[in-house]
Amino acid sequence: METLMSFLVGILITIGTYLVLTKSLLRIILGTSIIGHGVHLLILTMGGLKSGGPPLLEDVSYTDALPQALILTAIVINFAVTGLFLVLAYRSYKVLGTDDMDQLRGTEDE
Amino acid sequence: MNNVVILPIIIPFIAGIIMVIFGRNIRLHRWLSIFTMIATGIVAITLVSQVQTQGIQTLQLGGWQAPFGISMVADMFSVLLIVTTCLVAVTCLLFAFKSIGKERESYYFYPIFLFLITGVNGSFLTGDLFNLFVCFEVMLISSYVLITIGGEKGQLRESIKYVLINVLSSFLFLIAIAYLYAVTGTLNLAHLSLRIAEVGQDGLITTVAILLLIVFSLKAGLFLFFWLPGSYSAPPTAIAAIFGALLTKVGIYAIFRMFTLVFYHEPQITHLLIAIMGALTMILGAIGAVAYNDIRMILAYNVVIAVGFIMAGLASFTSAALMGSIYYLIHDIIIKAVIFLLGGTMIHLAGTSKLNEMSGLIRNHPALGWMFFISALSLSGIPPLSGFIGKVLITQGTFEADLFWLGAIGLITSLMVLYSIMKIFLYGFWGGTLLSTKMEKGTTKGLLLPISILTAVTIALGLGVEGIHVYVDQAVYTLLDPSLYISAVFGGNPIP
Repeated sequence: METLMSFLVGILITIGTYLVLTKSLLRIILGTSIIGHGVHLLILTMGGLKSGGPPLLEDVSYTDALPQALILTAIVINFAVTGLFLVLAYRSYKVLGTDDMDQLRGTEDE
Repeated sequence: MNNVVILPIIIPFIAGIIMVIFGRNIRLHRWLSIFTMIATGIVAITLVSQVQTQGIQTLQLGGWQAPFGISMVADMFSVLLIVTTCLVAVTCLLFAFKSIGKERESYYFYPIFLFLITGVNGSFLTGDLFNLFVCFEVMLISSYVLITIGGEKGQLRESIKYVLINVLSSFLFLIAIAYLYAVTGTLNLAHLSLRIAEVGQDGLITTVAILLLIVFSLKAGLFLFFWLPGSYSAPPTAIAAIFGALLTKVGIYAIFRMFTLVFYHEPQITHLLIAIMGALTMILGAIGAVAYNDIRMILAYNVVIAVGFIMAGLASFTSAALMGSIYYLIHDIIIKAVIFLLGGTMIHLAGTSKLNEMSGLIRNHPALGWMFFISALSLSGIPPLSGFIGKVLITQGTFEADLFWLGAIGLITSLMVLYSIMKIFLYGFWGGTLLSTKMEKGTTKGLLLPISILTAVTIALGLGVEGIHVYVDQAVYTLLDPSLYISAVFGGNPIP
């Protein structure tokens, strides 16, 4: 199961990296979001996977609750940042008239 | 357990929330923000005296003992930085009152400024790696808003790159946290330090340490500073000043904390890497500072040089070098704020940031000119101003640690800093006056007060080194001996 999760995390981060390296701003934001999902799954995997165990100290078999708490926080932060980033992208498209990262380099005379 | 430890975080936070609730009342925002920062400063000074007399202060949130709950730890290093933060925040607020403009003020500039301070103070005080990530994010999201507030073309363009690079580095931070949790099974800094000391720092842990170094370097502008000059030159002066003063310093603080408390077992790998990165940062930053002809860019590259120089102190890892780093860190927070404010005032007067389009400002503004001169000397470390003692101690430390090349690069880049900042002085203030008083694009009315406060502080810090020596000495003592930090966090409780 851990191996499978590692492959999944790797694939998600690969796709995200590919999207971040493209020109269109919207694709970049989607790429960061996908990398985020990969990272959250990585935290879950790194905490140790255990199917069926409750996250409480009932008997000998229990799931570590800390990675889940960490992911919850990380997801909320990622959600907020993605929302802000989307609004920023919309606003800069309105003002600058382009979403092509090549054209956002800036010029000397500004 | 000491509840005062949490106050520097929640006072600005609650004040910010109150401001948002009461809407766009600018008068209330101004009064409340300045009052809040002064109150936080007083609390921080109280903490300094408590830490000095009673040792490291801790607070276990919710009463959960150390490795299970979140710990807040106030040692002398973090408390000194919080005092400096409050001082700089007050002066930047005073500058913002006169310069930031009605529109930005009514779009919640002051609450977001206070949230930024919340994040900065939280990063300084936290004793838990994941909580450090959360505080970083509080600070970064506030900084995203501050860098875009106003919505000018240049701001939007630079902010996209700034946001993207910080989002990606946050993910790297999370990856590092995940690996570290998998290897050690804890995220409490004191507990981490203890466990790594028990099992030894093997290759895996060193790799995670280097990943964390990359993450914090991205935030601090250590070697990976390609995003920094553009983003720090885009926002208005008061915001650029608080960025230049504080944001990179939080990354530097995190590197110091991690590599003195947790990953100190393999200095021939990690600390040598820090030394190389610091040297490259100084060289590249100095080239940038000399090359540009634009005030904002020269100042932004000066931020980069200082990061490299402070890291030279950490890389040497002797008592003198760490002491120099702390002196220089405190000095650098203050001097970066004042030099950005001065540069911003010059741009405000001349209406341009190009040096060859301005000349002779000192004729009509002698006070501004002389304060710039003093700050420029202080920036490049001329005695008796505040940069001198840090520079001497770091250089001494690099020589003691047999890193002669690092000390030499530090001294050569100091000369280039002096050259780049004197270039601003010569072109901007010297020469024939191009602008008469009527033709100027703005006034210095009200802007000189915050600048003169900070200039006075930099002179006072230089002359009164003996006064803060006892505090810096204690900070170095705790940095060099991690067992003090660990025993303060656990407080005699059994360690699982």
